[in-house]
Amino acid sequence: MAQTVFIEAINQAIAEEMRRDENVYIMGEDIRRAVYGATADLLGEFGDKRVLDTPLSENGFFGAAIGSSLVGMRPIVETLTSFMWVGMDQLISQAAKMRYMFGGQATLPVVFRATMFYGGGSAAHHSDRSYPMFMNMPGIKIVVPSNPADMKGLLKAAVRDDDPVIIFEDGTLFGMRGEVPDDADLPQGELVVPFGEAKIVREGTDCTIVGIAGAVNHAVVAANTLAAEGVSVEVIDPRTLVPFDKQTVLDSVEKTGRLVIADPAHKVCSAASEIASIVAEEGFWSLQAPIQKVASEQVHIPYTPALEKLVYPTADKIAAAVRRTLES
Amino acid sequence: MDIDQDTLLLMLRRMWMIRNFELKVMEVHEAGEFTGAAHPYIGEEAVAVGACAALEDTDYIAGNHRSHGHPIAKGGRVDKAMAELYGRVDGYCKGKGGSMHLADYSIGILGESGILGSSVPVAVGAALAAHIRGENFVSLAFFGDGASNQGALHESMNLASVWNLPMIFLCENNQYAVTTSYAETVAVEHVSDRASAYNMPGLLVDGQDAIAMYEATSEAVNRARAGEGPTLIEGLTYRYEEHSLGLGRVRRGEYRTQEEIDSWRKRDPLDILEKALISQGIATREECDAINAETVEEVEKATDFARNSPFPEPEALFEDMWANPIPQP
Repeated sequence: MAQTVFIEAINQAIAEEMRRDENVYIMGEDIRRAVYGATADLLGEFGDKRVLDTPLSENGFFGAAIGSSLVGMRPIVETLTSFMWVGMDQLISQAAKMRYMFGGQATLPVVFRATMFYGGGSAAHHSDRSYPMFMNMPGIKIVVPSNPADMKGLLKAAVRDDDPVIIFEDGTLFGMRGEVPDDADLPQGELVVPFGEAKIVREGTDCTIVGIAGAVNHAVVAANTLAAEGVSVEVIDPRTLVPFDKQTVLDSVEKTGRLVIADPAHKVCSAASEIASIVAEEGFWSLQAPIQKVASEQVHIPYTPALEKLVYPTADKIAAAVRRTLES
Repeated sequence: MDIDQDTLLLMLRRMWMIRNFELKVMEVHEAGEFTGAAHPYIGEEAVAVGACAALEDTDYIAGNHRSHGHPIAKGGRVDKAMAELYGRVDGYCKGKGGSMHLADYSIGILGESGILGSSVPVAVGAALAAHIRGENFVSLAFFGDGASNQGALHESMNLASVWNLPMIFLCENNQYAVTTSYAETVAVEHVSDRASAYNMPGLLVDGQDAIAMYEATSEAVNRARAGEGPTLIEGLTYRYEEHSLGLGRVRRGEYRTQEEIDSWRKRDPLDILEKALISQGIATREECDAINAETVEEVEKATDFARNSPFPEPEALFEDMWANPIPQP
């Protein structure tokens, strides 16, 4: 099994899918020169028709990707979450709605890779963690990988899925190393992670933490800290938010009786809010303490590190939330 | 340009089909047989019919809220279109799209969009697919003078030009965005002038003349198939009716004069095409009238088909969300 950096895992998934299917192509800003790293060496292997540098016009090229998917292409669009606002009309009015609105005639196998560059002094215009807004809109599948292996396997699944998918790539993980299995070691011969299957990252009996994207790793750190205090924590990574594997979470809460949700998105109407609501509705009688949300504060992202570090979920905040569930 | 006689007669038939479809829609909407917005294409028939006559079934179109003319012009079925307006299961979109969202993927109609300008980038995507795969189909986007101010249109024209795509931008300039005139909102004299900003030809065409629209579009299609890139065409036309059915009951200030409406009606697109066909000896007056009558009959049959088609069952609410279905939350 190879140790692979998160950004390399993205690159491997794209290249493998482009080799497998000639209808797969990639477009985005500055991808030929791989400014963000994920598209390195693609131009040389696949040529300029399948590796497209775009003008700065998200509404235009998001729409072009969507339109090409309607007629048999399988585009991968590289963008940043914060640039998606500029292309929202195409994402919502077209990608999300076309299939239903046209009675199932439209099929849209289009993937948007949206990087979330937060936590590094990028300030309010470059730090969005916007997946909850898209969870509210039917018609888009939403993927939130937390490690290199899942990143690779989920991106490959996204390219093969026939529906619009947005993969929210957590920029805080871009340098993360992790084990990515070699294809030869896998029973199915390749790494494809199916949507809607949560992963139990660590088993425990006293409290369940559901982590989203980069917060999964903070949850694991918190769990290690708490283990030293004699508290056994189960950490769950849903991996996809649409579809969401609620059964794995409900089963865990039935076992532990406590739930903390760690979510880098803004706390109001967050992924954490939705998960809390599901457990409150369907797992209430398992609960021995109030559900705790550890999400980002409801402010914009300040530039100065002195303030930005106060915004997001951290291992300390998550551990404190777990301790609160144990007080009752 | 020599135009095949069968093409000319097909154009006349499709124009009458649109005219009679829209007249029927106005009648049954007024009678309350269905609700919701519907935007009559009466007066503008020559634009879509002339343009689509220059396309093949394997070429793509996308359109806007004034949505009945485009699919009929491309060869769509009036029974499925009417059933869609009635919200029935036999409609093009099984009743889920309605008047503003007709689509027929079997003949390249990628769908009409209620958000104006929004379908233009989508149409560019079809042209991009042709470019990547090295195939020779083309894509055409209909939009109005109002949507010519949308960023989506300008981004699309730039993209199509820098990527040299087989794309036709077709502006139906019917003079008004609801009640706001073209002159008040468009900074250039003609929408077609905007082509120069994107290094593509801009053709200004009499949109009441179906033959002129056919010729202009054919020129653009030939350029596109030859790998010479996109073209912008502006068809000057006029909306006889109000912006939308139902809006007639809303009180609003005058925005156009009867004199102006009358002057456009004197250049009716059906009248212009029929006179051309008769003067060239392609059809007689009687044959033109017969085509009109046949389309009236076909629209009547389509309306009966729509009325007799059932409404969707409640289970249909959750269908057609996904190609690879997932559980409802």
